[in-house]
Amino acid sequence: MSDAWNWNWETSIPSQPQAGTDLLEELIRQLENRNWLAHDLFGIRLAAEEALVNAIRHGNQSDEAKRVHISFKIGEDRLRLEIRDEGPGFDPSDVPDPTDDDNLEVPSGRGIMLMRNFMSFVEYNASGNCVVMEKVRGPENGDDDE
Amino acid sequence: MSESRHLEIAKVGDVTVVRFVDRKILDEANIQEIGGELYALAEDSGVNKLLLNFSNVEFLSSAALGKLITLDKKSKTKGSVLKLSNIKDEIMEVFRITRLDRVFDIYDDETEALNAM
Repeated sequence: MSDAWNWNWETSIPSQPQAGTDLLEELIRQLENRNWLAHDLFGIRLAAEEALVNAIRHGNQSDEAKRVHISFKIGEDRLRLEIRDEGPGFDPSDVPDPTDDDNLEVPSGRGIMLMRNFMSFVEYNASGNCVVMEKVRGPENGDDDE
Repeated sequence: MSESRHLEIAKVGDVTVVRFVDRKILDEANIQEIGGELYALAEDSGVNKLLLNFSNVEFLSSAALGKLITLDKKSKTKGSVLKLSNIKDEIMEVFRITRLDRVFDIYDDETEALNAM
């Protein structure tokens, strides 16, 4: 675990669909300022968006009395996002695999899979109402140079 | 053709070509509206061949994918053709990860998709 975060933002937002938009824009701006690659930014935006939507809609059931608690930390080569809702939580292993043939045409259920694919590390707490995601910064070049 | 806030709609021969106005298809209200506009097209009796050109789209979330899946079902139910084109690499990666590249008929560019209609 990196102990050298050089940007750290903790806040909470109401359980409204667009409440996280400005937050994500600021996160992306901070990463752009640190020259993170476009491909990393795409995946981070996607994973963070999916996690926020899950927290608001599924966790807090869009109950505006409940908030979503957010922590963003940026280090030299690593990003850490923590998103916690005030709902009862869930068991991520209960979410069906959206790539099973039987589920391919089900309109929902792809968010967690995308988070896991685009981030380096995704873990839920025991009750399932808090997700921690990390992204290790991609290499400067798209080639195989070390 | 009906008015649309999020879609640019044109006819190329007998194909209805749709371009997205938004570069990012992500917030819930927008996605609902875009879904509604696409479903209206799919249900239009004058629309039997539909091509979605994603050239403007830089980002979309899984909720937007859900709308596309429902659109695909509506098109199949009606017996009309739905094709997708001009999907940027990162969004194509999303389609591949979710195996939706197997559900949708996807082409590199609009001309190729039109020729396949």
